Amino acid sequence: MRIIDTKQIEECVCRLARKACVRPTPSCMAALKEAARTESSPTCAFALETLIKNAGIAKKEEMPVCQDTGMSVVLIDIGQDVALSGPPVADAVNSGVRRAYEDGCFRKSVCDPLTRVNTGDNTPAVIHYEMTEGENIKVTFIPKGFGSENMSRVYMLKPGDGAEGIIECIVGAVRDAGSRPCPPVYVGVGIGGTFESCTLLAKKALVRPVGTNNARSDVAAIEKEALKRINDLHIGCQGFGGDVTALGVACEISPTHIAGLPVAVNIQCNCIRCETEVL
Amino acid sequence: MKIKRVTLPLDTQTAQTLRAGDIVLISGEVLTCRDCAHKRIFEYLNQGIELPFSIDGAAFFYAGPCPARPGKACGSCGPTTSARMDGFAPRLYDMGLSCVIGKGEVSKEVREAIARNKRVYFAAVGGAGALCGNAVVSCECVAFPDLLSEAVYKMELKDLPAVVAADAFGGDVYAASRDTK
Repeated sequence: MRIIDTKQIEECVCRLARKACVRPTPSCMAALKEAARTESSPTCAFALETLIKNAGIAKKEEMPVCQDTGMSVVLIDIGQDVALSGPPVADAVNSGVRRAYEDGCFRKSVCDPLTRVNTGDNTPAVIHYEMTEGENIKVTFIPKGFGSENMSRVYMLKPGDGAEGIIECIVGAVRDAGSRPCPPVYVGVGIGGTFESCTLLAKKALVRPVGTNNARSDVAAIEKEALKRINDLHIGCQGFGGDVTALGVACEISPTHIAGLPVAVNIQCNCIRCETEVL
Repeated sequence: MKIKRVTLPLDTQTAQTLRAGDIVLISGEVLTCRDCAHKRIFEYLNQGIELPFSIDGAAFFYAGPCPARPGKACGSCGPTTSARMDGFAPRLYDMGLSCVIGKGEVSKEVREAIARNKRVYFAAVGGAGALCGNAVVSCECVAFPDLLSEAVYKMELKDLPAVVAADAFGGDVYAASRDTK
């Protein structure tokens, strides 16, 4: 049994948030540079070059790469041989978020859904816990912007809809989103589980580096076909009508009920931000 | 690629020299205005309360900035999704709003209001918050400070890169991608 003080979780969340908001992931940057190299539309190429230049400025000046520093999504995998001491984990996470958003000059974007009154410190974070083996805690921080989150969808397909039905959902969600989620997008897809668990799978799919495919060949085939059809839409960077509408499609899969086929499509904008640390 | 320079305020004559797809660098004064500020503007208008700023001749920037670091005028400040303001935009263009800087497609009703009034809609690059924030040379809250990042800020821009997304003649940079749907 290993004892971990939740103060360490607070420090970790603070570090990850400070880092995540000022830099897109390396795989995102590589994909944007590749898109800029191949894009045939001059307007989209201009927008892609602007995004690459922007990431350079953000890194150099430690400025948020996008002003939408998002709602703080925190994935915490807790090894079952860990004993926690100190304040409740959620309090530790929220303290880390509060400090990072204040000290980092990040925008506080969280409000009451009805009154729209801002909570003032970007809390509460959305925290997903998972119990794992071992004596470590893995913390992943995703600042999720809402231009893209707003374009996400859940579909309850029929079992017979199969892979083709899933691909149509993925492509349909990106087509309906059009220019609004800041394409080129990264598409996280959850296949199977229940109504709520497929959405979390979709979110977790976005943690995977751009350019990777699912280890299961039938799932990887869905990713590749959906990506091809999305780029055939020619929405392009910012919707200006170009070749690169998505940087990638990442699907995660889980067993489901004999009567159903839930599919969640979580859209991520061109500014993929995600940082992980193991305690 | 030829880049045009646009200086605000934008009169209708100059607006008519721009075409959908033109790449521009925008300088001059804008007012930031997004969801909550629009809601409040319409509450004021509907109740006959005088607004703390003029819509006639104004340029709106759909944006909510990050706080500025010491020594800077503004923090990161890129455009937000324009479509959320579609319900408000036609009436504002009819009241003399000269242009909007946002991102993404706008509705047919908005494009018609832009053409009817000989105005223009610019799309800045969504995701380029740091670069856009550095194009802000001064920033001052002029209304609704309780809305924090959603308040109305008067900003002086210097060379903000953007694309003419909807022009005074009904031209629309998103038409091609929309037609594939």
